[in-house]
Amino acid sequence: MSTPKKPTEAKAKPGEGVSRRGFIRDVGLGTGAVGVALSPTAALCAPPALAGPGPVPVTLTVNGKQHKLELEPRVTLLDALRNYLDYTGAKRVCDRGTCGACTVLLDGKAVYACNILAIEAQGKNIQTVEGLALSPEPDPLIRAFVNNDGLQCGFCTPGFVMAAKAFLAENPNPTLDQIKRAFGGNLCRCGSYNGIRRAILEAAKSAQGGGKNA
Amino acid sequence: MQAFAYASPTSIQEAVALLSDRWGVADVLAGGTDLLSLLKDYIHTPQRVVNIKNIKELGGIRKTAAGLRIGATVTLAELLASSEVRAEYPSLIQAAQGVKSPQIRNMGTVGGDLCQRPRCWYFRQGFGLLAMKDGRSLVREGDNRYHAIFGNQGPACFVSASSFGPPLVALNARVKLVGPKGERELPVEKFFVIPQSESEREIALRPDEILTEILVPPATNVRNATYEVRQRETLDWPLVTASVALTMKGTAVASARIVLGHVAPIPWRATEAEKLLAGKGLTAAVIQKVAEAATTGATPLSKNAYKVQLVRVAVRRALEAARPKA
Repeated sequence: MSTPKKPTEAKAKPGEGVSRRGFIRDVGLGTGAVGVALSPTAALCAPPALAGPGPVPVTLTVNGKQHKLELEPRVTLLDALRNYLDYTGAKRVCDRGTCGACTVLLDGKAVYACNILAIEAQGKNIQTVEGLALSPEPDPLIRAFVNNDGLQCGFCTPGFVMAAKAFLAENPNPTLDQIKRAFGGNLCRCGSYNGIRRAILEAAKSAQGGGKNA
Repeated sequence: MQAFAYASPTSIQEAVALLSDRWGVADVLAGGTDLLSLLKDYIHTPQRVVNIKNIKELGGIRKTAAGLRIGATVTLAELLASSEVRAEYPSLIQAAQGVKSPQIRNMGTVGGDLCQRPRCWYFRQGFGLLAMKDGRSLVREGDNRYHAIFGNQGPACFVSASSFGPPLVALNARVKLVGPKGERELPVEKFFVIPQSESEREIALRPDEILTEILVPPATNVRNATYEVRQRETLDWPLVTASVALTMKGTAVASARIVLGHVAPIPWRATEAEKLLAGKGLTAAVIQKVAEAATTGATPLSKNAYKVQLVRVAVRRALEAARPKA
């Protein structure tokens, strides 16, 4: 799981769900990019502070564990987690910061992993859904999602769970109405929103030992 | 995404030195909520990406005698948590609340909101900012349901995507821009421009400049509010917004600034409506007339005349929200 993989040019491209057309386009442009990197103008105006465009050392702290990687600066945190570290909990769905399936916590705040470069996430505490299963007692959120049918196909679930984790840390005793308004950053194509809301409410109550909204 | 070199400078000067006097060579990265999508879609293919989030001077909200100073990298979540903003600038709070995704609010910055590229689907699909093909406008002849109803007589038909543009123009705010030759200040109203050719941008920022801060004048006697008409409660851009800033004299409006969003390539000042409101009280009849006046000069395209009615609704509701409570 934590073995860093040697990145290849092909691996550095978004690895998942590559269509044949997309692959040809990426490889074509990749060759162009190498040309840019070697061009004399780029070399002239490149101060020493610049990293890349080739692979550079990147250290990520995921669920408390440090991982040393070699990544191109263009690799997103999501692709680094999924393709280089095998943390496949965060899902790659829209890849445009809209659907929320890639939600992870960065220093405790919910963010879209697809909208952050891995290189910018260095020095930050990255929490993925895998981190919730580390202790022998599963996180109350996991149990609550199971108890309340908070999912159908389950693809959006890791994102919802992590968004809920951040939400409950700031709002330990929410009302159902607050929950309804707080998850505008996550989509569920199956439409399991009612179950998801009930699950988050139950998780809040179980963490509180029964909340005021019971 | 095309490969690029990356830098994370800690001073504004270092960051500016990494930019270029030509567009397309280097991009500034703050929250990344727009830039990364532009990179993934090959709309932007820079050689360098300059992360400005580690420049301390660009953060923080500070109250000064001249008003509020908002650092460019202040996130929407930080803005929402600011007691200074909450106390005096409900229109900014309402605009930030309109961004319904907590994830975007945690990452997206106020400066980035002003610099985000338009959402025009022709632009986002690679047809260029003006979306012209063989001398004809793809927007005019195509699906323009979310495009401009004002300021669309030239080649630009997209709408400004900025959430803070309208309230900041209404509040008469300024932006500070820093480049290799020093710094300059512009009213936010002048920051947004309607491009006349494909080589121009929709903002006055030069390619070697960084937007460093936003300066909002004091608003102790200025009733202000933003109202967004939107299609859904979750994450999306609004259809039409209205921001109002009313300088009061007793219960009457001494002078008004009424600015519409998502109806033009820039935040659009409804000057006829502003004139009509000056010197009047905010009665239901006056609000009705002002809302009607805000539509003056609208030139809808083939599929977006519905926005004219949304302008009336947005202006009326923004004025109602700004009206002093009896």
